[in-house]
Amino acid sequence: MTEVIRMSGIEKRFPGVHALRGAQFDLMAGEVHALMGENGAGKSTLMKILSGIYAPDGGTLHVNGAEVRIAGPRAAQGLGIGIIHQELALMPDLTVAQNIFIGREPRSRWGVLDEAQINRDAEAIFAAMKVPVDPRAEVRSLTIAKQQMVEIAKALSFRSRILIMDEPTAALNDAETEELFAIIRRLKSEGVAIVYISHKMDEIRRISDRVTVMRDGAYVGTVAASDTPIETIITMMVGRELDQTAAEIPDLSAAPVALEVSGLSRGRMVRDVSFTLRRGEILGFAGLMGAGRTEVARVIFGADPRDGGKIIVHGKERQIRTPQDAVAAGIGYLSEDRKHFGLALGIDVRGNIALTSLERFSDRFLRVDDAALAKIAANYIGSLAIRTPSDRQEVRLLSGGNQQKVVIAKWLLRDCDILIFDEPTRGIDVGAKAEIYRLLQSPAEAGKAIIVISSELPEVLRLSHRIAVMCEGRLTGILPGGPATSQQEIMRLATQRDTAPQGASA
Amino acid sequence: MTATPIATAKPRLLASGAQQKLLAFASLIVLLLFFSLASPNFLQTANILAILQATSVNGVLAIAATLVIITGGIDLSVGTLMTFTAVIAGVVLTFWGLAMPVGILAAIAAGAACGFISGSLIARMKIPPFIATLGMMLILKGLSLVISGTKPIYFNDTPSFPQLSTGSLIGALVPALPVPNGVMILFILALIISWVLNRTTLGRYCFALGSNEEAVRLSGVNADGWKVAIYALAGGICGIAGLLIASRLNSAQPALGQGYELDAIAAVVIGGTSLAGGRGSILGTIIGALIMSVLLNGLRILSVAQEWQTVVTGVIIIAAVYADMLRRRRAG
Repeated sequence: MTEVIRMSGIEKRFPGVHALRGAQFDLMAGEVHALMGENGAGKSTLMKILSGIYAPDGGTLHVNGAEVRIAGPRAAQGLGIGIIHQELALMPDLTVAQNIFIGREPRSRWGVLDEAQINRDAEAIFAAMKVPVDPRAEVRSLTIAKQQMVEIAKALSFRSRILIMDEPTAALNDAETEELFAIIRRLKSEGVAIVYISHKMDEIRRISDRVTVMRDGAYVGTVAASDTPIETIITMMVGRELDQTAAEIPDLSAAPVALEVSGLSRGRMVRDVSFTLRRGEILGFAGLMGAGRTEVARVIFGADPRDGGKIIVHGKERQIRTPQDAVAAGIGYLSEDRKHFGLALGIDVRGNIALTSLERFSDRFLRVDDAALAKIAANYIGSLAIRTPSDRQEVRLLSGGNQQKVVIAKWLLRDCDILIFDEPTRGIDVGAKAEIYRLLQSPAEAGKAIIVISSELPEVLRLSHRIAVMCEGRLTGILPGGPATSQQEIMRLATQRDTAPQGASA
Repeated sequence: MTATPIATAKPRLLASGAQQKLLAFASLIVLLLFFSLASPNFLQTANILAILQATSVNGVLAIAATLVIITGGIDLSVGTLMTFTAVIAGVVLTFWGLAMPVGILAAIAAGAACGFISGSLIARMKIPPFIATLGMMLILKGLSLVISGTKPIYFNDTPSFPQLSTGSLIGALVPALPVPNGVMILFILALIISWVLNRTTLGRYCFALGSNEEAVRLSGVNADGWKVAIYALAGGICGIAGLLIASRLNSAQPALGQGYELDAIAAVVIGGTSLAGGRGSILGTIIGALIMSVLLNGLRILSVAQEWQTVVTGVIIIAAVYADMLRRRRAG
């Protein structure tokens, strides 16, 4: 195999951060090379240098054996380097074809666009990818998976021989991931070199040939993907052994029921969902994306109206119509999208922790007791090990894991008895995940009732005392947690579709 | 593995932009019907022409505002920029006594130059559009007063100047259709800009910038350069509006202009262009501008006090945006 990329001694500094310290990376034609490391290890920065988005402060870069300087995204495209960004860089109001050819529209004199031409060209690319996507569809109307295909088609349209994929499966369900893998294998067989950034160990094992690990902006090592134990890779990433043991399942049969939900319904996403949750219990919610797990949580929390069903908290039926009602009933919800719903990013750590409990810290003239708040904030920063220079730091400047801890602190302070965590470790690196798990377990041990929604099966298995599985808005089963349940059993329930989709008034 | 339940997107019967346009068009028809039934004076040719004439200036300004709003920006300076270009035309034609084509070119060039400056402040210096164009609005208002010596400039040396707006080339050819030139200019401009938006690179980048500016940048497009070009084009269009209003009043009124930007933005919003950027159309904007002038004209004919006309305009704007929100929530 021929070497297409060699980066060595790459340096990059941002104000206050030494992002890359002599990083190195090489890539062969026809291989899938995984790039791993915790968040902030410098993977994305290194790939942004390769794709011309950042200029390196030092080091050398060879493409196809020749030393090059890549001046910008255009130059990278010219060298056959395409990147698929983690946060999809598409324009939702434009059509698929318009997105693919943005900046390179074929046009006549006077700048008149040839729409038919780009639609034809896009069609040809999708045909070659063997993916059915309508070039005329507005990107807004596509699923995330299809949007990903558009990004790949866009990269391929530059005749890219080098394709960088930054966490391409972050928002895909298993079937969509399979679809992506099939395309990756096809491209690989055509000699395209692929850089694959991901946090998901099982994917790395399945799809990649070699793994390069980075830590703190520096190169750690490169290993073969197939015969290196996952533990070794994790150790390379975090520089320490991680506790991977499963949760101990306490006997909760005598514990009082904290939350009982029966016949909960909302449209097609929540159909006749019933379950109970005891104090001290962690109930996991598993299922494919779009199975209705988040919708159940939102209905319980009063964020969406329900069509029917009862919510009984501590033996008393509660009328929950708004999140305010839910909080009054002692239910807290930590949304899957921290940035949009869970945090006020421009406000400091102290302000965010106090956000839902502000009334408790203000007198009848609405004056806020800042001294008390500062003390409380300092307490949580200490007990949850939130890494922040001070409680006055704006939350947007913290890492994903630390932002999540701030959200958790906020709800712990509110003293809710029932806490719903929706994808608590999304976008959080392996090291911080273990910490978040501990943070979920300790309130449960203190008698709080916890619901954890997660798309990562190992995570559900590790955390939950019981596992509720959903498919197409229905609760298809509740399994015991821990070693008694296998991933296959969960998957079977998660794909157990209703035989009659228009089913009776379920 | 079983097939997964992914809901594939079906093409909607009507894109939401088309829905809003249809809604706006239906509102326009309802208004026309209502006023023709309410007053026999409404549907007179003279009155219809007056409505069209009144639409021309606001319509042209609204076209300029549409371009900027589709990019996700806002331009608060269109009103005073219009006045500024009228004053420039006055300086060239009356103070300097140059030929009319020179005055026309000077007004449009001055508008484009000011748009270029606004665009540069926004794209290169990263000043938020609201602030940058608010500043430009005040600067241009002040400059108009300074240059004109706070007095109106009359176009007495250019006798054909009023013809620009109020004359009728069509009327000269087809006496039955005495459509004023100002109205023709509005419609021709609307056709041209509509074509630019839908068929040219500049238009494509308008939508792309409003949809996801970062994605445009990452695609290797000179996003800042195109943004400046779009603001400059909008500025040039304001120059046309300046010529129209100066021609109609046969004078450049330096104190006029502030407040026109809000009418223009209102027409854009009523026409279904999203203030969030990324979607919108010139046709919608023209319908929006027509709705506003029909409403004001109709209320005047029904002898509703002017104070109340302003109140109604405000209500219409809020209703239009609320309708847009409702549709968006349903779609989202």
